[in-house]
Amino acid sequence: MPPTPPAHDDVVHSESFLRSLMRRQLGLSIACAATFLVALIGLPLLNYFAPALMATRVAGFTLSWLILGVLFFPFVWIISYAFIKRSIALEEDEVAQAEQARRGKERADP
Amino acid sequence: MKTALFSSAAMPLAALERVDPWILAFSLVTVAVTIWMGFRSAKTSKTASDFFVAGRSVSVGWNASAISGEYLSAASFMGVAGMVMSSGYDALWYPVCYACGYLFLLLFIAGPLRRFGAYTIPDFAEGRFDSPLFRKIAVCFVLFIGFFYTMPQMKGAGVTLSYIFPGMPYWVGVVVVGAVITFNVSLGGMKGITLVQAFQYWIKMFAISVPVFVLMSVVGFYNGHIGANKAPGETAAPVTTLADNTVRKPLVEKAPKDEVWVAPFGPLTTKAVNAAAAALPVEQRAAYLAEHQKPYSLLYTYSLIIALVCGTAGLPHILVRFYTNPDGVAAKRTTMWVMILIGVFYVFPPVFGAIGRNLMPELYSGVGAKGTDKVVLELPTLLTGNAGVLGSILSGITCAGAFAAFMSTFSGLLVSMTGALAHDVYGRMLRPKSSPQERLAAFKIAAVIIGGVAIGLGCFVEPLEINFMVGQAFAIAAASYFPLLFMSVWWRGMTMKGAAIGMLTGGLCALGAAALTNLGTLALDKGPMGKVFAGFAPLNAFWAEHPLLRILCEQPAIWTVPLAIGLMIVVSKATAAQVPADIRMKMLVLHAPEKLGLKQEYIQEHQAGAGH
Repeated sequence: MPPTPPAHDDVVHSESFLRSLMRRQLGLSIACAATFLVALIGLPLLNYFAPALMATRVAGFTLSWLILGVLFFPFVWIISYAFIKRSIALEEDEVAQAEQARRGKERADP
Repeated sequence: MKTALFSSAAMPLAALERVDPWILAFSLVTVAVTIWMGFRSAKTSKTASDFFVAGRSVSVGWNASAISGEYLSAASFMGVAGMVMSSGYDALWYPVCYACGYLFLLLFIAGPLRRFGAYTIPDFAEGRFDSPLFRKIAVCFVLFIGFFYTMPQMKGAGVTLSYIFPGMPYWVGVVVVGAVITFNVSLGGMKGITLVQAFQYWIKMFAISVPVFVLMSVVGFYNGHIGANKAPGETAAPVTTLADNTVRKPLVEKAPKDEVWVAPFGPLTTKAVNAAAAALPVEQRAAYLAEHQKPYSLLYTYSLIIALVCGTAGLPHILVRFYTNPDGVAAKRTTMWVMILIGVFYVFPPVFGAIGRNLMPELYSGVGAKGTDKVVLELPTLLTGNAGVLGSILSGITCAGAFAAFMSTFSGLLVSMTGALAHDVYGRMLRPKSSPQERLAAFKIAAVIIGGVAIGLGCFVEPLEINFMVGQAFAIAAASYFPLLFMSVWWRGMTMKGAAIGMLTGGLCALGAAALTNLGTLALDKGPMGKVFAGFAPLNAFWAEHPLLRILCEQPAIWTVPLAIGLMIVVSKATAAQVPADIRMKMLVLHAPEKLGLKQEYIQEHQAGAGH
């Protein structure tokens, strides 16, 4: 016999907890994605509107080649590092909140 | 050893005499070690769960290497270099987006999907919408994307073998490599074992980086080889001497000019407009090009970016690997290490392309297996002149890397496609009551069928570029699985009907567009394939009149991805009553940290519900 499912009236199962959970995580993801997209959308636009600038030579490379062929990779590593740090902190905070709410409820219940 | 230009079915003995022993030895050792490792691991881990448990017992470093090893296919190893050589700057978007697509996966999909505990996309489709029917629809796309992904692997095999054995026809290489891997998979070896895939990554990394550094130290560095190309607006190239005793060879007639090669909006993205201009009277051409060339080229670039970035987040055989992580923190660290490992790798192939352009321009005149796709394999032989046997050894190393690339990806794809056919189509749809022995037999038969189809398709694609074909697989994934995953994870109003209609329409449109493009390109081929596909020649005449349609067909992601997402929203709103009843619990499982233990709770409730 499976254990009885726990009651669904605690904080973790509440609508507001799910909403804040999704909003905070999506907010972080969108902020990181936006940083990435600015570069991803911006580079073709720069190539389009400022071709002379992007053809400037930097140690033999054209500026555009240097950015796309070499510098883009470390740029993305930095975004992903920042995302991982923030999102692990976010998860720990959520767990702490939920634990605190559970303890508060237990104290109030009996 | 210079590859002679006789492509007809030559006498095998004459071909063997011109085989370089070093290249042959390195290739054989790679094949033998891969097969041996596969069988050894297969003996110790027999079931699917062994595979996942093995994943859980290894460290972040091994896991990241394994994911990277499975990801880097013949397209990354050979195709990117070939395409940079043939098309220049625009081709750089491929390696950049192959690597950076992982960021979208990390930001929006990897975490929630792993928490949900679904091991494959069909599993997720069924669990998220409680619909076995949707599972069947999702399975079809494993096969669609898989076949588009296997074709370039097969071309990689054909090119590599006809390089090692000069004079051997392209199709012989496809058949031999395809048959060996299919045989191996159907016997149960090489089942995507973590250790083998991780080992393959390091072979590929070694095989691409060491020859690059040795080559650059002799024939001049990356920046010098880019600098030898005159950019638009310059009167002369800034670099004239590449290295001691190394001067640039004159370009052949077929090679793109310096200005279009080194600058954005070059031959790759302007092909359709150029073809349209060529169909016009001479006096109208310049005005037509001035008006249309750059805007259409920008559109092509954006569509390509969407396909590659969204497609990476929807590749079935990659997502599976994310569940080999023990927990959320390890999964996120693994993803970051994957991005670093593949990012470092992707800096190297364009170097081969740039050096190849300056020092091996004769490849531009080659077609099919003799064209730029083999630059990675052949470029190290440049050293044979002044460094003796070193050139052969390095060429042997890059051949070994190519074998590692198409063997690991093809066997991984074959396992996942065979699993879909044997487990989902046979085991669940055709014969739900079949015995385990029958299912094992079905797995072997399915492996042979899929391997056979992949070999057959592979024989036809010699005129197509390896990297371009992989891009098409990404475009199909971007229009089918990516919208499904992204929307189901972040929008609770999704219904099964909305998801299914959006995914099917987007995916099939992308599939149709990709197929049409390939048929048109094959009809242009001057070899035997051109005769087979001659019936599709009118398609090219139509596209010459409508270059915009050609671009939207060649790179469909810019309209198929919004179409799929739009349909999902509209149909889900129309069928809002069918949103799964326990949607809040499902969303909690997707988004709440594992430490809260909601997953176990969810499983218990589902089992309790099933018991009634």
